[in-house]
Amino acid sequence: MSSLLVLAIVVAIGLVAFFVGRQRASAQDNGSVKPHSRAHYHGWWAFLLAVLPALLLLAVWTIGSSVYLDRHIHAALPERTADTKVASEALDVSLVKSLAKGLRKLDATTLAALPATFAELQPLLAAKGVALATDTQDYMIPIAVEANAVQNRLGLFGAIITFALSIGGAFYALRQIAPRARARNNVERLMLWGLLAASTIAILTTVGIVLSMLFQTITFFESVSPMSFFFGTVWDPRFSAAGSGGSQGQFGLIPLLAGTLYIAAVALVVAVPVGLMSAVYMSEYASRSVRSVVKPALELLAGIPTIVYGIFAVVTLGPFLRDLSAALTGGSPFIQGQSIFTAGLVMGVMLIPVVSSLSDDIITAVPRAMRDGSLGLGATRSETIKRVILPAALPGIVGAILLTASRAIGETMIVVLAAGVAANLTINPFEAMTTITVKIVNQLTGDLEFNSPQTLVAFALGLTLFALTLVMNIVALYIVRKYREQYE
Amino acid sequence: MTDIPMDTMVRAAAHPRRDIGLKARYAAERRFRIYGVLAISVGLAFLAIMLITIVTKGYTAFWQTTVSLPISFDEKVIDPSNKRATDPNVLIKANYPKLAENALIAKLGINPDDKPAIKQLKAFLSEGARVQLRDIVAADPSVIGTTRNVNVLAAANLDSAFKGQIDLSVEEARRKVSDQQIAWMNKLKADGVMAEHFNTGLFSYGASSRPETSGMGVAIIGSFYMMVIVLLLALPIGVAASIYLEEFAKKNRFTDLIEVNINNLAAVPSIVFGLLGLAVFINFLGMPRSAAFVGGLVLTLMTLPTIIIATRAALAAVPPSIRAAALGLGASKMQMVFQHILPLAAPGILTGTIIGLARALGETAPLLLIGMVAFVADYPKTPFDPATALPVQIYMWANEAERAFVERMSGAIIILLVFLMAMNITAIVLRRRFERRW
Repeated sequence: MSSLLVLAIVVAIGLVAFFVGRQRASAQDNGSVKPHSRAHYHGWWAFLLAVLPALLLLAVWTIGSSVYLDRHIHAALPERTADTKVASEALDVSLVKSLAKGLRKLDATTLAALPATFAELQPLLAAKGVALATDTQDYMIPIAVEANAVQNRLGLFGAIITFALSIGGAFYALRQIAPRARARNNVERLMLWGLLAASTIAILTTVGIVLSMLFQTITFFESVSPMSFFFGTVWDPRFSAAGSGGSQGQFGLIPLLAGTLYIAAVALVVAVPVGLMSAVYMSEYASRSVRSVVKPALELLAGIPTIVYGIFAVVTLGPFLRDLSAALTGGSPFIQGQSIFTAGLVMGVMLIPVVSSLSDDIITAVPRAMRDGSLGLGATRSETIKRVILPAALPGIVGAILLTASRAIGETMIVVLAAGVAANLTINPFEAMTTITVKIVNQLTGDLEFNSPQTLVAFALGLTLFALTLVMNIVALYIVRKYREQYE
Repeated sequence: MTDIPMDTMVRAAAHPRRDIGLKARYAAERRFRIYGVLAISVGLAFLAIMLITIVTKGYTAFWQTTVSLPISFDEKVIDPSNKRATDPNVLIKANYPKLAENALIAKLGINPDDKPAIKQLKAFLSEGARVQLRDIVAADPSVIGTTRNVNVLAAANLDSAFKGQIDLSVEEARRKVSDQQIAWMNKLKADGVMAEHFNTGLFSYGASSRPETSGMGVAIIGSFYMMVIVLLLALPIGVAASIYLEEFAKKNRFTDLIEVNINNLAAVPSIVFGLLGLAVFINFLGMPRSAAFVGGLVLTLMTLPTIIIATRAALAAVPPSIRAAALGLGASKMQMVFQHILPLAAPGILTGTIIGLARALGETAPLLLIGMVAFVADYPKTPFDPATALPVQIYMWANEAERAFVERMSGAIIILLVFLMAMNITAIVLRRRFERRW
């Protein structure tokens, strides 16, 4: 009996319990005693008691029975000898499981007269549309048949006790129905636990991010020393073919980190002046009609996906800059097609609305009194902004810049398309450098052998990136909190 | 006391004005204003340039060149030994390109023995013509022996030439289309046989190695599955978590930590979520790679902090008087939250959800890492089948060099931007309509 069917039946039992419970509760309300909870709470309590314990049991049972089945198949397999044709133990088990799954599609008469060799069995299975690996061995056939039988028995048993628990829970709840029974409190307590569980998912996500990357990074540091990773200046992973044990390659972080920081710096040089001046102009000078047009337009800029920016960089801006530089020098271009300048410029454009909206909030938070006082003493508006408002908003603006920088560092698609993949160290902004995020994508797309250093380095890089952006966010928060002027 | 004349008094009373550099300061003020206008113009100019270049490059993708040929479904070509009644493979493996070639030879009046001309002819029509004709015969085998008009797809190079995208002044050896093919194209165009039609295939085809038969069908369905999964998972969990944190949790160091944690998660680079998905969902839990389900889970984790923050803001905006009134009339805390606060905070929650979904729709980096960069030619029937997503499809097409792929990539970007704009406008309209100022 499939788990889905059991699930559906349990929910149906729960629904029946709900309606019966509600009916019974409202029937008992004859006006003599004030009922503690409204009728539908009794119904919900019956539903929850019928469904939740049964579902929990079903989940545990399914996991447990699949583990038991694996152990069973393991034990039934013959001893591995030198001339065992199958490559590994795990492969043995998975071949048996696929064979068992295929055998389920055969009808009863074929199963009764099952051939003993795989060669005869294969065409029968192929006729039903089941394709199996050719190194399925003959001894696997009786094991698979028995595995199916065990699975059926386990499934049936599990379904029976799930139904028993579900009906038992329903009856227990229905028996408790009385005018002064505290059904609402019970239901609300369960709801509270549900809300608590939902909020732990948010924490679990962070824990999951850190732990998952940490384990892989530790494995990585077993084959590559942390010193050579963090302080190495050459990045040359040298993909080796699977299982060939070829030369390891060098994994130095410095070129990637330098590229990341350089491109982020160029992006900030573009984004911060433009974004800050836009925010200042819109909050101080712009009329309502101008603001109502420009603000949505800048939000539009923020809503464009980064892949579109990346494509704009590689299809339009890169060739344009290259041809422009060729025209300027009258020959060979000094700006490459993929360069730090291109990527930084496009990333800066992407970050303009981020800086603008963050600064806008901060500038409008400065109280009017300071503005009016300065204007009253005879300063022009630009002098007020330069000497009174911006200094007052400075901690917030520094925090905004740090948050923008952390976004620039974590950006992937623009640099994948517009910056190069060659990890070199250079000062010239018109050459190509690569970043941490580009290398994470490069190492993980393509053929993967999961425990090779080439793949694990991506997790080490990811952990570095996560730590870097985390530190920047925390520092931004700290600066804003510590230096913020308290105005009221 | 003598009368001091008026003008002396006035002149004595008026001090000479101190030079406070007003002229320079006003000039500085004007310059500052100009800088502000410049800054805004720079931002808007980039926006305009980006949109214009993408639209001009991409709008031609919505039209596809076809050649309308009378194809005679000749039995001698399709089933020479007349075995189709017993062997279904005959109809599948028949030489359909020959039918199309024959029709084109007849139309252009070419000598069938002219080998070089036939070679150029074969490159004229798309390789997808085989599938087109095969599907017609498979749907209705009685068409064998008859002649029918079919709109056969032109090859991608001819499509680009027809749309005027190929520079014909370059010498023939360095071009993708020969002079002979151009001459044929002009003749067919003059006859009205070769024309452009609306490219429904852009929306319905899956991945293909030929640009004229590739489309976003798989990507659109994959993105749709992922959006549904994100909506079904992130919205309830996010709202439940916010309600707990905002209404029920005690204000202590632990909940402070949770709040800092959630704000941090909202600022974590999206590629880190991809790494999490790879390590936990694919490696540890063994879920299938390239499945829309895993993509949906990763995007849910990414959207969750956004929804939590938006919901908390919406819940906090409901005035305390409503909470006090509900409690005062005898409601329990749970009833107050679910029956009074939540309906009033619903517009804010909805807006935050739509904005979060729009962000998730445009995300590429995490999906690249969990394997959605896959060549998927058939529609995924369930969220567990291999699929791809709209931004990932754009990325894959960006890596192809053919001009027709560049055109399709821009067309796909236009469609993505239209979807995103629709979602953002819906969010803004909803916010304006249902916003209440307390």
